[in-house]
Amino acid sequence: MDLFEYQARDLFEVHGIPVLPAQVARTPEEARSAAKAIGGRVVIKAQVKTGGRGKAGGVKVAENSDEAFEKASAILGMDIKGHRVNAVMVAQAAPIDSEYYLAILLDRAQRSFLVMASVSGGMDIEEVAHKTPEKLAKVLVDPLKGIDQAQALAIATQANFPADIRDSVAKVLLDLWKCFVAEDATLVEINPLVKTKDGKIIALDGKVTFDDNAIFRHADHEALVDHDAKDPLEAMAKEKDLNYVKLDGEVGIIGNGAGLVMSTLDVVAYAGEKFGGVKPANFLDIGGGASAQIMADGLAIILGDKDVKSVFVNVFGGITACDAVANGILQALEILGPKAAKPIVVRLDGNNVVEGRRILNEAAHPLIQQVDTMDGAASRAAELASSSSGVAK
Amino acid sequence: MAIFLTENSRVLVHGMTGSEGSKHTKRMLTSGTKVVGGVTPGKGGQVVDFDGLAIPVFNSASEAVAATNADTSVIFVPAKFTKAAVIDAVDAEVALIVVITEGVPVHDTTEFFAYAQKSGKSRLIGPNCPGLISPGKSNVGIIPADITGAGPIGLVSKSGTLTYQMMYELRDIGFSTAVGIGGDPVVGTTHIDCLRAFQDDPETKAIVMIGEIGGDAEERAAAFIKEYVTKPVVGYVAGFTAPEGKTMGHAGAIVSGSSGTAAAKRDALEAVGVRVGVTPSESAQLLRSILGK
Repeated sequence: MDLFEYQARDLFEVHGIPVLPAQVARTPEEARSAAKAIGGRVVIKAQVKTGGRGKAGGVKVAENSDEAFEKASAILGMDIKGHRVNAVMVAQAAPIDSEYYLAILLDRAQRSFLVMASVSGGMDIEEVAHKTPEKLAKVLVDPLKGIDQAQALAIATQANFPADIRDSVAKVLLDLWKCFVAEDATLVEINPLVKTKDGKIIALDGKVTFDDNAIFRHADHEALVDHDAKDPLEAMAKEKDLNYVKLDGEVGIIGNGAGLVMSTLDVVAYAGEKFGGVKPANFLDIGGGASAQIMADGLAIILGDKDVKSVFVNVFGGITACDAVANGILQALEILGPKAAKPIVVRLDGNNVVEGRRILNEAAHPLIQQVDTMDGAASRAAELASSSSGVAK
Repeated sequence: MAIFLTENSRVLVHGMTGSEGSKHTKRMLTSGTKVVGGVTPGKGGQVVDFDGLAIPVFNSASEAVAATNADTSVIFVPAKFTKAAVIDAVDAEVALIVVITEGVPVHDTTEFFAYAQKSGKSRLIGPNCPGLISPGKSNVGIIPADITGAGPIGLVSKSGTLTYQMMYELRDIGFSTAVGIGGDPVVGTTHIDCLRAFQDDPETKAIVMIGEIGGDAEERAAAFIKEYVTKPVVGYVAGFTAPEGKTMGHAGAIVSGSSGTAAAKRDALEAVGVRVGVTPSESAQLLRSILGK
């Protein structure tokens, strides 16, 4: 889960990282009172989980609370790279002297944690890494030891932070490490970390990503979830504990196992090229136990997607037995009744496949068509989606 | 021969007294795996009966190893206890530790991977993986043993069901070992580790490598193939249609910005001469033609 800037700011504050006074506002009126409470010059910043908001006009300075109202009115509701601005952060303006960069992240390739530090802050760090790699210090952390005071100072030195602020930068890095560990984050980034004209070190903007697998030990992270951004079908799937991602095609997909389902989407898109560019409508992994209820929940969500014209159920029975899956599909259609009205292509293979196919053949359900191979079934599902949607063949 | 797992592997099941652990212990025993003990802290001294075969339970891996000479651990304990279970197995110097559990926090994995590296005695596979099978010899984890038998193909995959699918497609030829390395961002054994082992295994004649979106493990594997692997390798990559920024089922399966895309992985593999199928069956066909079958 990625946090909004204001959530990252609050989290930094909790972990002792210096930040500026700021408040989140969801209406221009709230922005006005926030500006009043903070006092003086403020910056109004669009809260979106994407980069480039400054260029898009999502960051504006306001001299007083009335101006904060106006600027917030202009920013709220904006669309920045497909993200609607539902909130702004109203923050005290700071006279900036220098901008730096500090981050700790999970390094997948090294299977370790990595500190990145640079005195070239305030810009896209990938650009710094690409154009002036000598200005970006990268230091791997021993996951068993973590970072201590001495190492933090050594990193600040290696990154060429000016001598007079090295101690304060090292302190921020140490607190950032504590935050990274305590919150089970996979990324904590301060960009920019600034030195103000009066010599203070402050985290001006931040990015934080939490590890969703660690949610069981962070009950408080649940409150940080952005429910506005969730697609309604995705929200419904989450309620049913289904692993679902909405896409924008016409063939609804149900399968077992993340890899097989990803592959199914690809194979459908590939087959769809022959049928006017039909595409998969979603990712849905029903996992190992394809019970009737899980199948019914999955089908209900997919059939609730108005763009879906056909459904492809692709199951390889590893531990799951195909006869159980076949019965699950039939019972699911009984549970759904008239709500199920789109053609369903089923491909079963693996454990107990003969029995599974027999069950579906004998049931002769008018919506169900069986195809024995994954490629053939994908092609059939794509064809059905194109003929019923009127997409040119 | 086979890689990592042989007919002599002596296996401990961590979490054998739990429902998943006991279900899969039964399946492993049926497929010929030498399961010699279970590990459940607090339940040491108990004995679990599997159709007349009594398997002892121990409080720790060290006790279990002392009593049974086990050299392999398979871990079925819930995510919140996984780190402790792996550390227990590493402390007991178990040579192969296979973590089936899904949903392990990546900070825990990073820590216990570093711990295992430091010990230098244990290879870790997983987490969030189906385990591995050397057909006809031993089966550790949840891979169905009845899909296919022993043969000349080595398989390494991030995905469980795609492993089964590929074994099924090539069931008439058979496999030396199939390794599911898992779909988490940090895993103990990589594509590269398996490619090296398959290259060095005289029984393996050709290799299938299955990847998916996220990270750059496949790109690094491609570089390794160029430098080290002389046996034919066929590839498959899943996730061409995955949108940016969405986790596709596996915790590690995510395209971030422009990195981790399926196209980049396919291109990297093809650039070093690995043939990559558009669908799993096309990859299977490519392998067939290489082996002349």
